[in-house]
Amino acid sequence: MARELVTGNNAAGYTLALAGEANRKARGAICGAYPITPQTEIVEFLRDFKFTKGRVVAVESEHSAMGVCIGGSLAGARSFTASSSNGLSYMTENVFAAGYYRLPIVMIGVNRTLGPPWNIWTDQGDTLALRDAAWLQLYTESHQDLVDTILLAFRVSEDPRVLLPALVAEDGFVVSHTQMVVDLPEQEQVDRYLPPLDLPHRLRGKGVTVGGMIFPHDTERHRMEIQAAMDRVPQVLAEAIDEFEKIFGRRPHGTLSAEHTEDAETVLIACNTMARTLRNVVKRRRERGQKIGLIKAKLFRPFPRQDYMRAVGHAKRVGVLDRNHSPGSGGIFWTEIATSLREKPGLLLQDYLVGLGGGDVTPAILDEIVDDLNARTAASEPVWKEVLS
Amino acid sequence: MTTAPVIPPEARCDGILRPGNTNCAGCGMSIGLQWLEQALDGERPTMCIPACCGIVTAGTFPTSAYGVPTVACTFASAASVATGVSSVYAMNEEDELTVCWTGDGGTYDIGVATWSAAAERNEDLLYICYDNEIYGNTGGQRSSATPQGVKTSTTTAGKLEPKKDIMALVAAHRVPYAATLSVAHRDDFMRKVKTARKMKGFRFLLMLSPCPTGWKSEPGDSVDLIDTAVRCGLFPLYEVYGGRRYRINARPDGTPLQDYIKRQRRYKSQTLDLDALQAQIRENWAHLETMARAFPAPEL
Ligand SMILES: Cc1ncc(C[n+]2csc(CCOP(=O)(O)OP(=O)(O)O)c2C)c(N)n1
Ligand code: SF4
Repeated sequence: MARELVTGNNAAGYTLALAGEANRKARGAICGAYPITPQTEIVEFLRDFKFTKGRVVAVESEHSAMGVCIGGSLAGARSFTASSSNGLSYMTENVFAAGYYRLPIVMIGVNRTLGPPWNIWTDQGDTLALRDAAWLQLYTESHQDLVDTILLAFRVSEDPRVLLPALVAEDGFVVSHTQMVVDLPEQEQVDRYLPPLDLPHRLRGKGVTVGGMIFPHDTERHRMEIQAAMDRVPQVLAEAIDEFEKIFGRRPHGTLSAEHTEDAETVLIACNTMARTLRNVVKRRRERGQKIGLIKAKLFRPFPRQDYMRAVGHAKRVGVLDRNHSPGSGGIFWTEIATSLREKPGLLLQDYLVGLGGGDVTPAILDEIVDDLNARTAASEPVWKEVLS
Repeated sequence: MTTAPVIPPEARCDGILRPGNTNCAGCGMSIGLQWLEQALDGERPTMCIPACCGIVTAGTFPTSAYGVPTVACTFASAASVATGVSSVYAMNEEDELTVCWTGDGGTYDIGVATWSAAAERNEDLLYICYDNEIYGNTGGQRSSATPQGVKTSTTTAGKLEPKKDIMALVAAHRVPYAATLSVAHRDDFMRKVKTARKMKGFRFLLMLSPCPTGWKSEPGDSVDLIDTAVRCGLFPLYEVYGGRRYRINARPDGTPLQDYIKRQRRYKSQTLDLDALQAQIRENWAHLETMARAFPAPEL
């Protein structure tokens, strides 16, 4: 294991490359690559990597990038790509197709605001818009979390009990373009962690049509099978983490990370780098004796409702920090969490829309949010917590 | 009491097109797919088929009228999915043929960027467009392959614009091979598929595909209509090597354009201008003959 100072994007590119290379004794690796800020360095890294058996195809659009991944995956290769923002929305049709074909493709979504108007800074709205595409979604808080989660994503996606694609989200710029010291895996470790891919429904010369026409009842069954596969994810993920620890010597977070929640009266929930800022705010308040905890949200699809029920415990007030906005509704994490906690009587659940478009969510802003939450006697519609920076 | 049609036991079910598919009677695809199978001499390609009549041909899950591995792709994605498939076959040293089988909608319209990029990268694909000059699957709307003067559900008075010259567009990519196919010229069809098969890289075949449903023609007329289209000069049979070297395979024999037009009710429109169409055909031929003289492909 090498400890190195790397950017988030280089760490992600490196990890994808090693995962692809690990399939060299099976049917190889394939990537459809197309640039968009702040993701571009990932596909550039992949383009320069010397795969024993693999190809990075520099295509003309994200729609085709996912098309190449789909074809390559159906032919049995380990497939991956990365995109952001409008790239993801342009790709959308084939993102759904990959989910419905049940292909274990891994994609890095480097979170960036959707436009126009154009804004390159981080906002989770781009990946969350793909939440219904039959993909796993995992949100990561740091460079290390990103690297580890990419490996977990391949392992879980390719598990015969799951066979669904996975999207791993990282914050644009805050992670993608900053450097941190990261424990980078060795090829030999990744080889052990990711067994050769043997896609059960890959093209094998038989006369079948993959993805052809289907009647309503078979469609229902198809969707029910996808749901059943989603339902198996938490268990498969838990096993993947155990195995990860054996090979890499650390334990990445699972569906979520509940911190100081046992006796907490106030709990805040956030994903990505906001969760790290929140951790510091909670720590300082804890030192002052406040009964406050946090939940770092990681797995968004499937949404681990039971884990939220447990993690929130006996808290009286829960605040959700949403760096995304579903116009006409509110924060997307909030609606999911509200569904999860619907059977907690008397709970005050408040949504805060904060850091939209990449505004810098500082500890001071989070402190204001915590104060607001603690002072509340009732929840309101989502609060716009503007960030003036 | 009616009895269900029985598929004869001697019918081949491991070829490209199995018996018992749902193509309309007289559909050009039925001939094209069978001839493709025969020209490939029993080789079993992987088919990438976007949304179009050609994927309806496959039938409903779990049946498949395609007897070879087939991927139903999203509308614009045949050439990108096929790029992924053929790349993985190649890296595993499998000499498998990957075929894109697409309608004109997937080729002239929504899929242009995708195949153009695959052509520019010279992907190892056999791309075949069966051109019925209409969106058949969605009930008969215009495409940019629809000829001037043709009525569709979105050009109810008749289309104003002439058909897009897709062969010129493909040739401009300087791909190894591009050729037109007629379902009335079997030997020519066979030779072109075999020629394409022997080559590597992006190979493009354009087949004028009779569509009685969309053309409002008689199913039994399909082959003769295409024969007439070739004879009157409307659909030239030719090949382009490397995007530059031309070979003409059949020349107009004086058959009147009317013989083609009058048997299709889609041409009963206000915008049909026969003289203009005839002039266009003359110009197309002048251009083609000039190219074939100036940049000839080697004699066969
Ligand atoms: C992105 C997208 N837009 C629209 C459609 C609807 N659609 C399916 S097939 C088709 C037309 C196909 O026409 P063509 O390619 O000419 O093939 P044909 O049906 O005539 O064989 C359309 C518009 C679709 N499936 N996907
Ligand atoms: S509508 Fe036309 S192209 Fe489609 S199956 Fe019928 S004849 Fe063939």
